[in-house]
Parts: sequence; C-alpha cells; structure tokens
Amino acid sequence: MHIKSSRWLVLATTVIGLLASSSIAQATEVTVSAAASLTNAFKEITQNYQAQYPEAKVSLNFGASGALLQQIAKGAPVDVFASADQESMDEAQKQGLVILADRRDFVKNTLVLIAPVDSILSIKRLEDLKQAGVKRIAIGNPASVPVGRYTQHALTTTKLWPALEDKAIYTQNVRQSLDYVARGEVDSGFVYATDAAIMKDKVKVVMAVPLDMPVTYPVAKIKASSNGDEARRFIAFLFLPQSQAILTKHGFQKP
Amino acid sequence: MNPAWTALLLSLKVAGWATLLNLIFGIGVGYLLARKRFPGRDLLDTLLTLPMVMPPTVLGYYLLVLLGQRSALGAWLQDHFGFSFIFTWQGAVIAAAIVAFPLVFKPARAAFEAVDGQLEQAARVLGISEMAIFFRVTLPLAWRGILAGVLLAFARALGEFGATLMVAGSIPGQTLSIAVYEAVQAGQDDVANTLVLLTSAVCIAVLLLAGKLAPGRIANRM
Repeated sequence: MHIKSSRWLVLATTVIGLLASSSIAQATEVTVSAAASLTNAFKEITQNYQAQYPEAKVSLNFGASGALLQQIAKGAPVDVFASADQESMDEAQKQGLVILADRRDFVKNTLVLIAPVDSILSIKRLEDLKQAGVKRIAIGNPASVPVGRYTQHALTTTKLWPALEDKAIYTQNVRQSLDYVARGEVDSGFVYATDAAIMKDKVKVVMAVPLDMPVTYPVAKIKASSNGDEARRFIAFLFLPQSQAILTKHGFQKP
Repeated sequence: MNPAWTALLLSLKVAGWATLLNLIFGIGVGYLLARKRFPGRDLLDTLLTLPMVMPPTVLGYYLLVLLGQRSALGAWLQDHFGFSFIFTWQGAVIAAAIVAFPLVFKPARAAFEAVDGQLEQAARVLGISEMAIFFRVTLPLAWRGILAGVLLAFARALGEFGATLMVAGSIPGQTLSIAVYEAVQAGQDDVANTLVLLTSAVCIAVLLLAGKLAPGRIANRM
C-alpha cells in the first residue's frame, strides 16, 4: 500500500514539474509567427540566433499570413509577426496589433507559375492555363493566403480569372500548393520563387508572373508583446548581414 | 444559396455515402469477425480499428500517397476512367468512411456475437437456407445494435476534418468542418458562428437519434 501511494506521489510530482517547467520557460521565450514561405530561411536564422544568444528561446509558428493574423487578433501570445504581404500587416496595424514605427520590410519575393517537372502539357504563358488539358491549378485561398491574393490579382488584371476560377484548388498556404504540384495532383500552381527552389527536382518554373505591386515582406513587433526587448532583438537580427545572406541563399531579394 | 446550406448539403452527401459503404462493409466484417475463426483475425480487427486512434493527418497522408496520381491505383483510375479521388467529394467519402468504420463494425461484431445461436439452430432444423437464416433471423436480431453504431458513424463522418483536408483540400463547396476552418482562418467570424451552430444542431440531432436506438433500450423492452 505504502509503495503504491509513494509511486503515485512520484508520478504526480513529475507531471506537475513538467507542466511548471514549460510555463516558466514561456517567460523568456519569443514567439515568432511567420509566413509559410519563410519556413526554411527562418529555421536557419533562428539556429544562428540561438547559437549567439544561448539563453534565448525562440518558438517559430508558420502558416498563411492571413491565418497568423487571425490568431494574433484573437489574442495568441505572439511577439513577432512576419507577413508575406502588406495587406495582412496593414490589417494588423488597423486593428491596433502593431504600430507603424515597429514595422519594416525585410525581403522581397517573386510570384511564379510552376508545373510538375514531368508535365507533358505545354504551358508557356498564363493564357495557356485555359487549355482543356489543364484541369487543376493550385492557388492559395485568397481569403487568407497572400500568395493566393497575388495570384488572384495577377489573373484579374490579365482578365483570366473568370476562365480559370473553376480550375482553382484552394490551398491553406503556399507550401500546400507546392506539395500538390510536386505530387502531380494538380497540373500547375502559383507559388513564390523561393518555394519552387526547394523542390527543383519535382517542379519546374514556367514563368515569373508579372505583378503591378511588389511582393515585399514586412516584419513587426506585436504591440501587446510581453517580451518587447527580446522581440526587437530578434527583428534586428533579421537585418544583420549574416541573416540577410541566409535569406538571399534561399532566393529572397532585398526589399 | 447560402454557403452554409451548400456546406451542410455536401457534408450530408459525403457522410451519407460514407455511412452506406460502412453499413455494407461493417455488417460483412462484423459478421466475419463474430462468427468465423481464421488466422489473422485479431490483426484484421486491429488494423480496421486503427483509423479511430491514429491521427487523421497520418490517415490523410496514407490516402494521399495511396490514391494520388503518382500511385499505382491513382494512375490506373486516371488512365482508365479519367477519375481521381484527390480533390473530389468522392475522396472525402473514402476518408470519412475509413475514419468512421470502427464505429460500425465493432458494435456489429458485438451484436452478432450476442445473437442467440439456438434461434438460428431452430431455423436450421426447420430447413431454412443459411442465406435466409442470416437475413431473416440473425440480421433482424442484431439490427438495433448495428443501427446505433451506424448513426454514430454518420455523426463522425459528418465531422471528419483532418484526413479530408489532406485528400480533398478545399473542394468546391467545402464540407461543414472545412468551411468552419476556412472562415476562422479568414477572420469571418459571422460565417463561422452560423456554421458552428448548424454543425452542433445536426450532431445533437444525430446523437439523440442514436441514443434512442442504443442496445440498452432493447433490453428494457424485452
């Protein structure tokens, strides 16, 4: 009987200890919500950051910028927001989640049309997407995914949207579009040049899509961040030459 | 039409087909596991129960790999019928059916095991064929237990999200659960509210119905 109850005591102590330790860790932790297209580059930059500041703990949260914005708007404890478009950041500013002074563009990207590397379809221009052979086109959901908004904008400008809308497979973020093209589940898709570069063996870039607005990524400290100094230090780190070099290596351009 | 109704209709269609498939296979597999002894019986039971405990994303990934255009089956369907499960409502049916299957075959197995063998024996003595015994004696006796499971499976299929998101993506006219997810992602709280209330109402109705048919009630009546 005694042994049994002491075992329970050990177990309970361990569980409480684990729960407590994770909540203590949160205090010095900086949470970064970043656009899905930044996944690889930010993981690498964060490794360097933590090597330089061993006491710092960075949690990365990737997703469609629109979805990340909603999480922040609903009170998610986020310290830094890096969006793939100005629209999401404008909205964050409008809702008072970030202030203009804290906001800076840090990279630029290019919208590209891609197809599976073994695709036999002849897709050279945007108009070629109208051919019957192209049945499905992966497009980020314009309601929450910046790459989808850029795509919709480009196709609306060229008056192709009404003809192509029915072929659209809406995805949750740019990486899902990339994955569907790489698996050959869709005939083509719209992603960023940096995403296409990750899967060179599976997808080919058909063309860079002309846009009348730049694809620039803003980053900002969240106003309600309980960890403002740490957030500022992380953002400053993004602008250091070593971090910019990583971003360039992944195909991002200077804003 | 209001998008909420479109989503509800698609969800009902997907869950309806998934339930029909589960009814047929659930009775077959339930009967097989209850009455027959064969090697690998426990393994079969385990494998078919797996979708209930496995993360839906794992299941979705399996389906994407097994049914996708690059798979043998996916390529064959595409070449011969020009058909693909990925991004279609039929793909959503497969995902929902597999996730909900344990809820049908488990109670079906239990219901068949509970059928009094003497009644079947009596029918056999009267010279009725085995097929007729199954449909006129065994199945009617096990029916209520099976039906309760089927209704639960219908509710589960209605709520399927994870695996569906991976194989069907945001198919034109999304299912209720995916429409809720997308509305929240896009910050359309008013749409989300409508969808959530609608989903809750439908699930409560199905569960109430399932409760009325639960095996416990039969015992009370007998």
